[in-house]
Amino acid sequence: MPLSAEERREIEAEYARYPTKRAVCIDAMKIVQRHRGWVSDESLEEIAQLLEMSLDELDGVASFYNLLFRKPVGRHVVLLCDSVSCWIMGYDRLRERLCSKLGVHLGETTQDGRFTLLPIVCLGTCDHAPAMMVDEDLHRDLDPEKAAQALETYK
Amino acid sequence: MEKPLTQHVRPDGLALDLRAYETVGGYQGLRKALRTDPREIQQAVKDSNLRGRGGAGFPTGMKWSFVPMGADAPRPKYLICNADEMEPGTFKDRLLLEATPHQLIEGMSIAAWAIQAEVAYIFLRGEYVESARRLERALAEAYEARYLGKNIFGSGHHLEMYLHTSAGRYMCGEETGLLNALEGKRANPRTKPPFPQVSGLFGKPSIVQNVETLCCLPHIVNNGAEWFKKIGLTGDGGTKLYGASGKVKRPGLWELPMGTTVRELLEEHAGGMREGVRFRGLLPGGASTDFLTEEHLDVAMDFTALQKVGSRMGTGTMIVLDDQTCPVGMVWNLEKFFAQESCGWCTPCWSGLNWTERTLRALEQGQGREEDLEKLAYQSWFNAPGNTFCALAPGAVEPLQSALKYFREDFERHIREKRCPWK
Repeated sequence: MPLSAEERREIEAEYARYPTKRAVCIDAMKIVQRHRGWVSDESLEEIAQLLEMSLDELDGVASFYNLLFRKPVGRHVVLLCDSVSCWIMGYDRLRERLCSKLGVHLGETTQDGRFTLLPIVCLGTCDHAPAMMVDEDLHRDLDPEKAAQALETYK
Repeated sequence: MEKPLTQHVRPDGLALDLRAYETVGGYQGLRKALRTDPREIQQAVKDSNLRGRGGAGFPTGMKWSFVPMGADAPRPKYLICNADEMEPGTFKDRLLLEATPHQLIEGMSIAAWAIQAEVAYIFLRGEYVESARRLERALAEAYEARYLGKNIFGSGHHLEMYLHTSAGRYMCGEETGLLNALEGKRANPRTKPPFPQVSGLFGKPSIVQNVETLCCLPHIVNNGAEWFKKIGLTGDGGTKLYGASGKVKRPGLWELPMGTTVRELLEEHAGGMREGVRFRGLLPGGASTDFLTEEHLDVAMDFTALQKVGSRMGTGTMIVLDDQTCPVGMVWNLEKFFAQESCGWCTPCWSGLNWTERTLRALEQGQGREEDLEKLAYQSWFNAPGNTFCALAPGAVEPLQSALKYFREDFERHIREKRCPWK
């Protein structure tokens, strides 16, 4: 599916903030991802053309950043913090509970397409460890049951 | 006790809007700065002994002094706020971003005036979505009030300020990696020289400063360098946002005079260890700092004193290790992080940290061998400053080398018993 008029408009609105077009590329991929959930090969080609970059150059950028998804993800993305403070406060048990509840390993999407479970580095809320993000919501002071329950509200 | 940075944080944690910020004296520092010669501001910041709060502790005034000034200076110059808070165990900038966004905007505006920059970026990590919302709102308010844009307060000074939200990767917090990321590239580090002050973002003079550092500036301008310097207990100026996480009674964040001791933080503010666990050690300022143990508790948490005992202040947010947590497991967790976040640009880092991570994994899984400790010690040496392109790998081996020193017996037990004694 080609870039929508709205996506183009949003990307072009970024031009004013930077002196070069290519500097917009990370924003551009984030815009497309906000609309579609991920960045497909086709979208990548279009963005590259729009920003006058080579496709390989743009994919080199896309593949560097972990919050740019080059594969489809579920309706909700769970980012589970695996850094040191969360690890001390019970990350392993949290991961086990979420993996078994969802029936996936880290990096996988549930069969019904509802959740993708991903590891994330320190979320910067270590005084409330362990923590995770679901979409744009931060969940803190978790234990395995609390984490499992928190997912229930995401349909 | 003076708490310039956090005194106006609302109890409910919501952001101070423009009106509320101005009611408590907000933007007075900027008004004053714009009536002052930029070089005088630079001098005041030098005199205040403000050192960068992002981790390296570089004197802010000195950093600015390398920026070309005057009519012949290349244009535009850039002022960049590093809000890519991603050092494991660090959660201090989040508070300032969420609760006092205008304080940051004012601090950035003062810094921009001091180096005569006309464009500023806030480089914010992608996961800080609440910070992004509040910063966008604050920026819109500041533009509407004409505190940003053209001819600010009739001074003839222009400043455009933009928020850039990032897409992940620890490397973006490294000064030159950040510049590449802002240019729409992979966040690999750049060769220095040229230093960013001379040739940084888009090849123009650029200054990159941490959130907390920038937030100090309105207070230095308002109250003077001497006032700021005197707040610190041990020579480094100002207050510091200190924090503690791990199995302490009251994990949290506190603004205290620079140079507060480790013991006061741990025992008074964090309330000591939780019931049933005992203190073994701590990383004073995030994942890339050397362990401290019982013997270091009376050391002042400042840049100089911590260096003297072989560690670093880093971000000033400590991660506490207790006796129910395996030190080898903790170091494995840290090295896994660094190996994963290595950008792959230089060999000691991508190769060395991956081998380090695998060796620690083997130890933790009961497959450790006698020679592993030597190999880990070798990696600590191999990734020392000077052998790698940027500070990621040298930072990565700081907790490793100090754990080998202070918790050697625990490493040896893993090898001897062919298992993790904590499991």
